[in-house]
Amino acid sequence: MSEWMPWAIAGKDFKVLGRKKSIAYTLVVFPLVIAVGLPAIGWLLITRDAVLAANLIPYFNVFAFFFVVVASFLPSAIASYSIVGEKVEKSLEPLLATPVTDDEILLGKSLASFLPSMGATYIGGAIYMVLVDVITLQPLGYLYYPDWTAAVLFLLAAPLACLFSVELSVIVSARVTDVRAAQQFGRLLLLPFAAVYVLGEIGIVPLVADNLLIISAVLLVVDVVLFSISRSTFKREEILTKWK
Amino acid sequence: MIDTVNLTRKFGEVTAVDGLTLHVDDGEVFGFLGPNGAGKTTTVRMLCCLISKTGGEARVANYDVGNVADAPKIRRLIGLVPDNVGLYEDLSAYENLDYYGKLYRRTEAQRKESIEYFLKMLGLWEKRDAMTGTFSKGMKQKLAIARALIHDPEVLFMDEPTANLDPESSKTVRDFILELKKEKKTIFLNTHNLDEAQRICDRIGILNTKLMAVGTPEELERSVLGRKTVVRLRRVNDAILGAVKKLSLGSMTREDDRLTIDVVDPEEENPAIVRAIVEAGGDVESLSVLGSTLEDAYLKLVREGQ
Repeated sequence: MSEWMPWAIAGKDFKVLGRKKSIAYTLVVFPLVIAVGLPAIGWLLITRDAVLAANLIPYFNVFAFFFVVVASFLPSAIASYSIVGEKVEKSLEPLLATPVTDDEILLGKSLASFLPSMGATYIGGAIYMVLVDVITLQPLGYLYYPDWTAAVLFLLAAPLACLFSVELSVIVSARVTDVRAAQQFGRLLLLPFAAVYVLGEIGIVPLVADNLLIISAVLLVVDVVLFSISRSTFKREEILTKWK
Repeated sequence: MIDTVNLTRKFGEVTAVDGLTLHVDDGEVFGFLGPNGAGKTTTVRMLCCLISKTGGEARVANYDVGNVADAPKIRRLIGLVPDNVGLYEDLSAYENLDYYGKLYRRTEAQRKESIEYFLKMLGLWEKRDAMTGTFSKGMKQKLAIARALIHDPEVLFMDEPTANLDPESSKTVRDFILELKKEKKTIFLNTHNLDEAQRICDRIGILNTKLMAVGTPEELERSVLGRKTVVRLRRVNDAILGAVKKLSLGSMTREDDRLTIDVVDPEEENPAIVRAIVEAGGDVESLSVLGSTLEDAYLKLVREGQ
């Protein structure tokens, strides 16, 4: 496999995605609302009630789990254009007639979904952590972030959740015929991560570094399984004869 | 350049291509005619290593179509213009071609040179920065052809390149194919358009799941009904009839002062017919050649195959 070829494929997708306003808005707005919105609500509560502030502060790491949700949602929005879009434009046949291998195309498409999603997640996460530090510095007397929980969350859980979404999007792309259907499926991806968030919020599965490591390990196993399924799905013959 | 022996493709119980044996020469423009569902696109997809064969053998540029190691080598040597142009509508004409140039591992300088050459040749240079989504069907088709040629392939596969185009755009595309023919490019052309096949192709294969016939357009025309020379005389007598019979041509019928003679090669045989009639004292008023057309041949063969 050529190291350069997947980048050429991803580069083309970046160019196309950059011209799709809805994708650009999704990449900017969704992480930004969480990055600014959650600290803003926290700040309002902290400034009004000192007791509440003490109770609220530990929850900022639970709130940060929203960035795992973001990382799992964004790739499906991109992949719906990156892969289903090729089906809609019927551009897969000429692409598959080039000497590019199936794995190079799959990797290129995966990079095209993974990199912008993680980029947006990290930028949103960085803004979130800075804002949380700003509003908690005075009551705590030290910087809340960075900490181990955030490190595991952003460096392990979020990329693995993103990869989970990328692989699943490739598999789903083989079954759907339009971009909207793929996007609707992407919204369903939020559910398992939203469920983990709720479990964290009510204290059944505290979203601390140890538990996040376990969640990441589970995601890693699922990702490996999904990768082998998506690889077997993304074959020239399958694409041309079985993809609807 | 292209050889197939009993090439077969089945989809479950359905046989799309049945025992196709074919040879296409280097630099030849080969037309593939057939109704919808005849297996033309499936054949092209097999030869382009996009789908596998279920039987038989096929070679493109001496590489084995069924061999996994040979598939990338074949793809490097071929260009494909699919029935759906499949361009990226959010990319400009230049960007579409540049992307494909990268996929064929052309250097930046090579890409620049090829893109400029083809866009200028196809009259799209002025539109190079316009989004492909704004292009007319004809412009898109031309761009799809340029895309298939960006890496200077040895064989160009074209799947109905003028389908759904207006007459002017069709002519532009046809003229471009004729230019490529002059450059001795091997072209495998799937088409429904008999007139187009006749004008462009060196040889034509008629496919209806099975290969029904193959030959030059003239050979196909002759193969079905043959040709007839009709001679109108001032007066027909036994001496004239005897003189024509002596030429040992095909069968002859007389209707009043008109003789209809079966011929194989009118250009070769008609002067002898006229000479024999005149030497026998006959006066030729007119002479015409009747023959079956490619359409006759096509329809007859396709119906036979059903």
